[in-house]
Amino acid sequence: MDGLLAELLVPFDYDYMRKAIWVSALVGGTCAFLSAYLMLKGWSLMGDALGHAIVPGVAVAAILGAPFAAGAFVAGLFASLAMYVVRQKTKLREDAVIGLVFTSLFALGLLIASMRPTAVSIQTIVLGNILAISDEDIVQVAVIAGVSLAVMALLWKDLMVTFFDEAHARSIGLRVTTLKIVFFTLLSACTVAALQTVGACLVIAMVVTPGATAYLLTDRFGRLIGISVALGVSTSAVGAYLSYFLDGATGGVIVTLQTLLFLAAFVFAPRHGVLASRRRRAAGLGETREAARAREAIQAREAIQAREVAP
Amino acid sequence: MNAPVPTDRLASPSPASNVVPGTPAGPPRGDGILVDRVSVTYPNGTTAVRDASFALDPGTICALVGINGSGKSTVFKAIMGFVRPSAGAVRLCGMPVAQALKRNIVAYVPQSEDVDWNFPVLVEDVVMMGRYGHMNMLRIPARADRAKVDEALERVGMAAFRKRQIGELSGGQKKRVFLARALAQEGRIILLDEPFTGVDVTTEGAIVALLRELRAAGHVMLVSTHDLGSVPDFCDQVVLLDRTVLAAGATAEVFTPENLQRTFGGALRNFRLGGAALHQDADRRSLTVLTDDERPLVFYGDPDSDGEGRT
Repeated sequence: MDGLLAELLVPFDYDYMRKAIWVSALVGGTCAFLSAYLMLKGWSLMGDALGHAIVPGVAVAAILGAPFAAGAFVAGLFASLAMYVVRQKTKLREDAVIGLVFTSLFALGLLIASMRPTAVSIQTIVLGNILAISDEDIVQVAVIAGVSLAVMALLWKDLMVTFFDEAHARSIGLRVTTLKIVFFTLLSACTVAALQTVGACLVIAMVVTPGATAYLLTDRFGRLIGISVALGVSTSAVGAYLSYFLDGATGGVIVTLQTLLFLAAFVFAPRHGVLASRRRRAAGLGETREAARAREAIQAREAIQAREVAP
Repeated sequence: MNAPVPTDRLASPSPASNVVPGTPAGPPRGDGILVDRVSVTYPNGTTAVRDASFALDPGTICALVGINGSGKSTVFKAIMGFVRPSAGAVRLCGMPVAQALKRNIVAYVPQSEDVDWNFPVLVEDVVMMGRYGHMNMLRIPARADRAKVDEALERVGMAAFRKRQIGELSGGQKKRVFLARALAQEGRIILLDEPFTGVDVTTEGAIVALLRELRAAGHVMLVSTHDLGSVPDFCDQVVLLDRTVLAAGATAEVFTPENLQRTFGGALRNFRLGGAALHQDADRRSLTVLTDDERPLVFYGDPDSDGEGRT
C-alpha cells in the first residue's frame, strides 16, 4: 500500500512535473474563464483561428530569439486585422473569412519553421511541450494568466452585458468596443499561453470545452464561470499529472479529460442532460429547448473532434 | 393576424383621448428627444436617413412608423449613439448623446429577434442589468438595487417567474422582462423596438397601460411599430419615416390615410368600403382599412367631408 502511494507521489518529486502541473492549472483556469464567453457568442472558432494564426509569429520569434509571446501577439493582431478587413471589403461569410485567414497563416508558420528546423521545433508549436517549459516562459505564462484573471474578475459583469445585449450595454454607458477589444486581447494572450501547454491544435478545446460543459450544468452566468474555471483548473492539473504515468502528450491527456467530463455532463446533467430530458419526455413533457441545446453542443463537439483527428 | 376591430372603436371617434392632460399647447420643443436635421451615412456608402428632424417633450408616447428599410432602426441607433450622424445632431434631455448615456437616461427594449434566448441568465439577472449603470465598477448590487428589481418585476407582473431562464418564457412574458429592465434602469427616455410583435392581446393591453403610466410620470417613449391599428390608441405623437421624416406631430394631424399611403406606398393593404358595399341607407360615410400585417388601422368617415374623426 505504501508502495502504491509512493508510486503515485513520484511525479511530485520532479521539479519539472511540479511546474507542469501548476502552470497547466493556471492556463487551464484562465482559458476556461474566457470559454464561458466565447462559446456563447458562436465565436468558438475564433479561438481556433487565433491558435493557428499565431504560429508564424512564434516561428519568427524563435528564429530571432525573441520571446514567443511578442511574436505571437504581433501575428494574432495581424490575423484579427486581416479578418476584419476581408470581412469589411467582401461579402464572404464569417466562417469562410476565419478559415481563409487562419489556414494561410498556419501554412506560413509551418513553412517558416520547416525552413529553419534547427531554430524551431514544429512539434513543440503544434503539440506544446509543457514538460520542457523554460523558466522565462513560466514567468511569461504566469504574467499573462494573472493579468487576464484580474481583468476578467473586474470586468466579468460588464462583458456579460456586452455579450448578452450590446444595445443595452451602450445605453448604460459601457464602452462596448473597448470591452470587446479587451476581451480579444486577453483571448490572444491566453492562446499564446495555452500554445505552450497543449499546442496550437488543441488550444480551441481549452477555450471551448469547459464553458460548453458548464453550460449544460447551469442557467446562471456567474455559476457557469465558476464551474467552467473549476473544470479547467482540475482537468489541466490532473491531465499534467497523469501524463507522467501515461507517458503521453500532456495536451492530449488534458483535452481528453475535458471531453470525458463533457460527455458525462451531456448524459447526466440534471436539467439539460440526455437522461434528464428522456425522463421528462417519459413524464409527458416535450422538452424541445433542452434537446436543441444538447444537439447543438454535441454538434460543436463533433466539429472540434473532426478537426483534431485531421490537423 | 388581422384581429377583428372592436365595434366601440368604430362607434366612438375620440382623438381627444390622445391628448395628455397638462401637456402644454404648441409644438414640442424637444426637451425629451431632439433629432435635428440628422443624416446617417454608413461606411459602405448608403445613406439610411437624410435630413430627419423631430422633437418630443417629456410625457410623450411617440410612434415611429415606416416600412422595413425606412430607417427606423437607424434613427434608434443614432439616438443610442451606435452610429454618428454625418450631419445634424441628436440631443436627449438637452444633452449630447454620449453624456445622456453616461447618466443612464436612455433605456432600450430590444426586438425579440435581437435577443439570444439561450443565454444562461435568469429573469431577475436580466432586470438587474438595468441597474448596472447605477452601480460601482464591480456591479455589486446594493439593497436599493434589489428593491428596484423587485418593484419592476412586480409592476410588469413577472415576480413569479424571476428564477426562470429567459428562454423558458412565452413571447409576451419575454417582452415584459425587458420592459422591467427599462423600469429598473429608470431612464427618462425609453426606446421600444416592435414591442407588440409576438405578443398576445392581454399583454399588449398591459404594456400599453404601463406606457401610459410612464407617460404620466413624465417619461418619453419612442415606439417603433408595424402595428398601425394600436397607434392611435396610445400614441400622442407620430413620426412617419421613409428615409427621412415625411411627417411628424400630433397623432390626430399626422396619422391620416394620405400620409400613411405616402409612407407605405404599395406595401400597405388598403380596403375602402363605402356606399352600397357598406350601407343600405343614404349614409355617405365610408370605412377605410389600412393594414400591413398587424392589427388593421380603420378610418371611418367620408374623406371628402371633414366632420368625421378617426377611430
